[in-house]
Amino acid sequence: MTTLNQLLTQAIPPLVLEEVSFRHRGQPLLAPVTLRLDGCRRTLVMGPNGAGKSLLMRLAHGLLVPSQGRLHWEGEAPRQAMVFQRPVLLRRSALANLTHALAVKDTPRHRRKALAREALERFGLAALEGRPARVLSGGEQQRLALARAWLLEPRVLFLDEPTSALDPAAIQAVEAAVTEFHRRGTRIIMSSHDLHQARRLADDVLFLCGGRLLEHTPAERFFTAPTSAEARAFIRGELVVSPPPP
Amino acid sequence: MPTSDSAFITALNLVLGLDPALLAIVALSLQVSLAAVLIAALIGLPLGAALALWRFPGRGLLIVVLNALMGLPPVVAGLAVYLLLSRAGPLGQFGLLFTPGAMVVAQVVLILPIIAALTRQQVEELHGEYAEQLTSLGLTRLRRIPTLLWDARLGLITVVLAGFGRASAEVGAVMIVGGNIDGVTRVMTTAIVLETSKGNLALALGLGLVLLVLVTLINGAAHLLGEMARRRLG
Repeated sequence: MTTLNQLLTQAIPPLVLEEVSFRHRGQPLLAPVTLRLDGCRRTLVMGPNGAGKSLLMRLAHGLLVPSQGRLHWEGEAPRQAMVFQRPVLLRRSALANLTHALAVKDTPRHRRKALAREALERFGLAALEGRPARVLSGGEQQRLALARAWLLEPRVLFLDEPTSALDPAAIQAVEAAVTEFHRRGTRIIMSSHDLHQARRLADDVLFLCGGRLLEHTPAERFFTAPTSAEARAFIRGELVVSPPPP
Repeated sequence: MPTSDSAFITALNLVLGLDPALLAIVALSLQVSLAAVLIAALIGLPLGAALALWRFPGRGLLIVVLNALMGLPPVVAGLAVYLLLSRAGPLGQFGLLFTPGAMVVAQVVLILPIIAALTRQQVEELHGEYAEQLTSLGLTRLRRIPTLLWDARLGLITVVLAGFGRASAEVGAVMIVGGNIDGVTRVMTTAIVLETSKGNLALALGLGLVLLVLVTLINGAAHLLGEMARRRLG
């Protein structure tokens, strides 16, 4: 296992998208995107519903294959993890969900339980280790999903609207976890349609609307001087409806 | 000829008095069917899961055939196994015909398609829900099989019990390959057929009662297990 210091000193390979587009049954859902994500930053993927945020994240994580264009890591693909809007947890106890992930990662059997308990502790779930994961509350489930991602020691963490179904306390816990990941040296790529959340977390912003990438700018510039009309309207808090994809 | 009323009373006496002949038949029935279920589950569960996960040419056809085989008439299965195991057949040299081993083979042929086909359905449905997460975790298809089988365990218990129900209730296949030899291959169902045709209604009814109770117990257990787990696992 790599130590924290090793993690911090190794650079995370940049992710490069060249003219990446996606169609489903002939329907174009994402217009060609060219993009480079590097460093250990927190990138917020923003835009109204149906803008293509989840799609872009799934392409970047490798869950979907681009219809056209090229997507590659400069260098060896790093360890990655993804946290979904609705966490997919196994029909087992909270602890067993974590030991399963460790088993997949080939962690020696005798170390799994201790590591899993440590992660439960870190995410405030220690008291719930024996509870079936699927009867936990929404906030607890999302924290368990974060704990699972934590154990995978990802260099790049994707989060797809991880807080959209949660109450403020649970949102705070998720945002604190994201900050922890980032502090450990993990690049964060997170989608959200919550402007306040973006202001709290973002180093830079990808703004999508109608299946097009309209902006990729540092957060400060995005919030003060967005270039596209859609982003300006979005920031003013107007109801931006995503036009049908290209 | 006893009337059926007195036959019923004699039957109850046989069952409650733990008649040794009756017990021997019940024990052999259970041994044969349990062995068949065990073997069919060991093959059918991973096979069904694999069929849910892999895509290959002819997969659709294989699924249709498997589903059709769920309704395979026991006498046909029995005949096929008979031909395979008879002296002149390809597996004749093992001398299995008219032994409990042959009956196990015949019942495996009968229930393997049930277990494999139903497992395929359940695992495929579960995988629909899990696929993205498992891909994200980096699970190979092979590694997904134990994960999915374990997470589908509630439904799969019912599947295996359905297989056991079919194995313990069928008569055609074990009759043909077992031969209903007293003390060797006589099981509950074949004994009921024989005793009824002989007019020995008491023993037939007694066996029938035991079979009925057994099937009810199994279904009750399946129901309870399902309810309990659903409440626990949400």
